[in-house]
Amino acid sequence: MKEEETLEETEKYAVDSLEDESSSGDAARIAKYILFRTLLLMMSVVIGVYLVILVANMGGQVDDIRRAEISYNVSMQLMAMQDQLGDMPAEERREFERQLREREERRLGLDQPFILRSFVYLRDALTLDLGRAEQLTSDTGSRRVRRIILERLPPTLLLMITSFFILFFIALFVALFLSRRYGSKLDRAIVTLAPTSAAPSWFYGVFLILIFSTVAGILPRGGMVGAPPPEGTLPYALSVLRHAILPVTALVIAGVFIQIYNWRTFFLIYSQEDYVEMAKAKGLSRRNIELKYILRPTLPPIITSFAMALIFRWMGSIVLERVFNWPGLGRMLFEAIGLYDVPVIVGAQVIFAYLLAFTVFFLDIIYAILDPRVKVGQGSEGGKA
Amino acid sequence: MRFFKRRLNELKQYPSAIVGIILISIFILTSIITVINIPYDEAIRLWRGGRVWEKTPANARPVWVDWFTSDDKSRTLNIDSTEKEGMQIVEDLNGLQRFEIELPFDYQFDGFPKEINIFMESEFVNNSPSASITWITPDGREFQSREFSVGQSRNFRFERDDNVRRAFPDQIVRQGLFGIPDQEQQVNKGEYKILISGYTFNEEDIVEAEAVLYGEVHGIAGTDHRRRELIVSLLWGIPIALMFGVLAAIGATVSTFIVAAIGVWYGGKVDSLVQRLTEINLVIPLLPILVMVGMFFSRSLWVILVVVILKGVFSSAVKTYRAMFLQARNADFIEAAEAYGASNIRVIFFYLIPKIIPTLVPTFITAIPVYVFLEASLAMLGLGDPVLPTWGKMMNDALNQGALYMGHFYWVLQPAVLLMLTGLSFAMTGYALDRIFNPRLRRL
Repeated sequence: MKEEETLEETEKYAVDSLEDESSSGDAARIAKYILFRTLLLMMSVVIGVYLVILVANMGGQVDDIRRAEISYNVSMQLMAMQDQLGDMPAEERREFERQLREREERRLGLDQPFILRSFVYLRDALTLDLGRAEQLTSDTGSRRVRRIILERLPPTLLLMITSFFILFFIALFVALFLSRRYGSKLDRAIVTLAPTSAAPSWFYGVFLILIFSTVAGILPRGGMVGAPPPEGTLPYALSVLRHAILPVTALVIAGVFIQIYNWRTFFLIYSQEDYVEMAKAKGLSRRNIELKYILRPTLPPIITSFAMALIFRWMGSIVLERVFNWPGLGRMLFEAIGLYDVPVIVGAQVIFAYLLAFTVFFLDIIYAILDPRVKVGQGSEGGKA
Repeated sequence: MRFFKRRLNELKQYPSAIVGIILISIFILTSIITVINIPYDEAIRLWRGGRVWEKTPANARPVWVDWFTSDDKSRTLNIDSTEKEGMQIVEDLNGLQRFEIELPFDYQFDGFPKEINIFMESEFVNNSPSASITWITPDGREFQSREFSVGQSRNFRFERDDNVRRAFPDQIVRQGLFGIPDQEQQVNKGEYKILISGYTFNEEDIVEAEAVLYGEVHGIAGTDHRRRELIVSLLWGIPIALMFGVLAAIGATVSTFIVAAIGVWYGGKVDSLVQRLTEINLVIPLLPILVMVGMFFSRSLWVILVVVILKGVFSSAVKTYRAMFLQARNADFIEAAEAYGASNIRVIFFYLIPKIIPTLVPTFITAIPVYVFLEASLAMLGLGDPVLPTWGKMMNDALNQGALYMGHFYWVLQPAVLLMLTGLSFAMTGYALDRIFNPRLRRL
């Protein structure tokens, strides 16, 4: 939490230094920027999801699967009504079945032209109202895609948010530390290790399972809680924590070296600026120089590079959850692939689009707060050196 | 050209780049040799599996494991009658011939074989020959199977035979056959003999037999649960990974580069269209899209490649390139080109893009591992190419078969190490090049 103070401190400094801008004007600028970005992101999500639906239904796969599902349901319905229909002639019975099927297809909007249907699908997708999963169920037994997704969301968020925070602070502090000790052995080691970040997190996960679970046997090899789940909140939380160690470590290892390398380079570039030399000549303390003259102007580009890294990490997390059997969205997608569960697969697209948009949005807010130059219409490349 | 030569000289100062380039060269060389020695069709046929692999053990460790263990692990032994004396007629009984096939072998391993199979083939005129198999241990004990009809071809599982099983009521048959009596787990080393004797019903009839003792270790890379030798997919994984990575990286970086240049040159609406498309593209998740394509359309690596490139056109790198092009746009020589009346296309492709190309090279090389691992990620979700042997599919198979928990580490580690080396070699080279081509980083 020390970091938040740091940010506040630097923020104060920024506002002081820009005397021509009052702090209320600043708030208005940020609000306007955030509103603009929100609208833009919302539009992006809508268009993105629409594209997803177009691709998903290219050649009518979604329709076909829906139809197959309908006729299956109808025949099940008929079987259940066997007693009442027992003496119905075969001809009449077929006609009845056809009527049932048509009614069901009309109900689901399958008789409308694709353009109209696609917008129905778009609305359903955006509200995650994707009907029923074909095979998967939520832990409470529900088949509703929205329920399944919302149930799987918290474990994924737990994993990702924890690792993002750990990644951010480790990378920031080590990068600052290394920029001070540029050329030391540790610095060289990190620079040499930077290329290892080319591998995704699940890849390191496999090695971690092998070392800490199979060989050493000190940590669980997968899952989110022990079986049976421990009674009481605290033991439960501890069990989750124990299970989270390896996946979080894998996520951090996969991202941390490249992040340190990038940020250290940023710090080094900025620490060679003339105004830093000036500050040094003035005899300001090193802490002061680092916070106000180096960290402050580098934060916007750092946030941008972090956003890109996070988007990349989200994708890695899908396979990571499959490797660690972590009951989140990634494993849901993996299970849906195995069961050919189309509604869940389309639902996964939508929820990941939302997650990516939220990641961008969240970092945009931080960016707007940090960079006094950001204005509506200028986009977010204002901080690029 | 001189520019690149000078850069190449600078490269020598970066040991990581040299290691990277050497590794890349080794990979390229190995893939050329592989593709020549195991042609594409052959690789697919081998990887489809089935009867091709009936004479290799399942889940056998690689031979190199044996170098690190104190005892001598058993290897696969093939004792083929056509290479030995073959079929001998020992007695002629009026149109009925008694024949014998001797299959002697010397067993000197500390470990027991994984399985014992005897493959028999016969050519006959009217009636199929019949035979029974006798196992003779070095100390002269004999175990005889029941009599069976050979047929045109037969795979006789010696340990499953009722007679043989009855001889070892409370022991694993293999250990009984190879062990020293009353001393379990100890192999009785020495000259064994498998004697196949039986009758043919015509003088022309021929019987051939091959005994296979499946080893605990097999091949340079071991075998998987479907008896396939892993070396096939380890080797073929190299050209596939390189091809996929390089093509995807070229497609994605070059197209992004061109799009950014066009946006900057025309400016205004075109530029903002490029930027909006980039933002939309940013929130479309790549891996789920590929999952969807793999599920609904095709799992072919080529289709996936096309989708990856299309998805990469408006990648987030547009922003970085835009910043560079914005700087280059105001250069004097571009103004000069405009003044002499060069067309827009000409300015973009002959003046604007060449100016920035050096920055493209490191980005392109650093992007390759991302795509190599992307293929592996897809395979890990069960959406690997259905026919091609790739590293990702191998790891997926291994994890599905519980290799990590069953102790089949080689199955996971071999493709993992190769993936890591491929990724590292390109990444190391890319980072070094980045410093050389971006002078601002060079001092750091």
